[in-house]
Amino acid sequence: MTYFLKKIAQIVPVLLIISFVVFVFVNVSGDPVVLMLPENASNEEIQAMQEAMGLNKPVIVQYGIFLLNVIQGEFGQSFIYKQEALPIVLERLPATFELMTAAIIISIIIAIPLGVLSAIKKNSALDLFISGSSVLGKAMPNFWLGLMLVLLFSVYFQLFPVSGRGSLAHLILPAITTGTAMAAEITRMLRSKMLDVLHQDYMRTARSKGLSRFSVIYRHGLRNSLLPVITLIAINVSTLVGGALVTEVVFAWPGIGQLVISAVHARDMAVVQACMFVIALLVIGANLIADLLYRVVDPRITYK
Amino acid sequence: MLPKDRNKSTLMKWWKLLLASKTGSFGIGIVLLVALTALFAPALAPHDASEVNLAAASLPPVWLDGGQSEHFLGTDRLGRDLLSRIIYGSQISLLVGISSVLVAGFIGIPIGLISGYYGGWIDSVFMRIVDANIAIPVILIALFILGFFNPSLFMFILVVGIATWYTYARVVRSEVLSLKEREYVKAAKSIGVKDYMIFLRHLLPNVTSSIIVISTLSVATTIMVESSLSFLGLGPSAITWGALLSDGREYLATSWWIATFPGIAITITVLGIILLGDWLRDVLDPQSQGSARS
Repeated sequence: MTYFLKKIAQIVPVLLIISFVVFVFVNVSGDPVVLMLPENASNEEIQAMQEAMGLNKPVIVQYGIFLLNVIQGEFGQSFIYKQEALPIVLERLPATFELMTAAIIISIIIAIPLGVLSAIKKNSALDLFISGSSVLGKAMPNFWLGLMLVLLFSVYFQLFPVSGRGSLAHLILPAITTGTAMAAEITRMLRSKMLDVLHQDYMRTARSKGLSRFSVIYRHGLRNSLLPVITLIAINVSTLVGGALVTEVVFAWPGIGQLVISAVHARDMAVVQACMFVIALLVIGANLIADLLYRVVDPRITYK
Repeated sequence: MLPKDRNKSTLMKWWKLLLASKTGSFGIGIVLLVALTALFAPALAPHDASEVNLAAASLPPVWLDGGQSEHFLGTDRLGRDLLSRIIYGSQISLLVGISSVLVAGFIGIPIGLISGYYGGWIDSVFMRIVDANIAIPVILIALFILGFFNPSLFMFILVVGIATWYTYARVVRSEVLSLKEREYVKAAKSIGVKDYMIFLRHLLPNVTSSIIVISTLSVATTIMVESSLSFLGLGPSAITWGALLSDGREYLATSWWIATFPGIAITITVLGIILLGDWLRDVLDPQSQGSARS
């Protein structure tokens, strides 16, 4: 338990740094009031906002106020939606979370058989094909992959809807789009881990006990190769979320990605800031879960 | 041995190593091809990239019905030649890709050296900054900064560099952590060699291999970030692969080629860089396995 308390304690400085950097940018880039209000704001509105934000106080006090606001979840008013920024972002969170989870599940479903096959058929034509595809999967920009999937499965075959959220059919193409790069990473990693594991003593023992080939590979080999996959997913969660943000734009998926990009275009910085913190917490949370999972799956690791 | 001979034999050694690896040669071939395309774009492009020709609007690629040999990959709705636009698009991608990596290295390498060598609170502070950086997707950091500034080309390069410096800091730091325990570093320190000399003479030369590998693979990352931002309409120019792709999005059902070919250009380029980077890693650092985080 203390291990996780320690982990959680490490999050505090990270969030402090993020808040400080955000604060610096908001202040360096000019009068934040001008940024937060629409372009046609009157002088009275500007003055009222300046006072409300405490901009006549020293910088360090201003940062203190900013930090207090952030802790309370107050990022200011969105001038587009005319309401507090955080609730707008939180409203979009389930959609992004859904896409992220689906992408991770799909990437695992794709990667496990490919990684295992390519390890047990090492240096065969199949292995070459799988390894080649996984490099290709890393090289493809996800937004392009998304458009190509739409072209093929929505425009030509009309199997899946072009965009939007709702049914499972809506989720499949965006999840594949977001998950492909991750699937490629997992396949590569799984292949090399399986190759290590296949030469371990317990594998030889299992085979000599007369267990079937399938059972040996899946029960003994795969289980031991899956541990590093959890870590790999955790390390890449940030990249995955970044990919999800762009995918959302391709499929008009109503999540944080779409929100933050339209907010950046409109310079609705209160919303952009709220998105930054929500996503940072999402990534940190996912890492904590991965850490926990790792310890549950592998009892050999002791809590420190 | 004369220095000239040595250079020659080193070159020969590298050439042999390269020929021994199919993927390495393939990667470097692609990278050279893209680099030459970018350099000689004006000579290679059959048309001006922004030349409007409404008479030739929305032409399909040459191998399809209605395609014209003048427009090999077809045209967009304003009759602009897609092939020429893709050729010119390589310039921005490579320029941003390489320059941002330089910016990232310029920030990340010194921080990695200092953090690893001095340790203590300096290290803690820098590593928490790295943690904070990793907690936010690169693309979101870039979006956040671009929300405040107008994306001029220079600004854009800076932003992508700032969003990706941490890879250098982490890798250089972890190498320095082991290097500083070596006898020659300890000896240099004990006879009073100044810290900056230790950095330049003993640490930096020993992390060069890693830096070369990270830099190569980082170009793939930065090109990806650049094209994503361009796709989102926040790019530095209208003629980048990401922006061309974004143009083609609306016409996917009628003129599929506009969105398709710029994406192939990005994929091939990034593929070449990844293959080159993987090969460099195998050659320079045989112990390390697994892939760098992008």
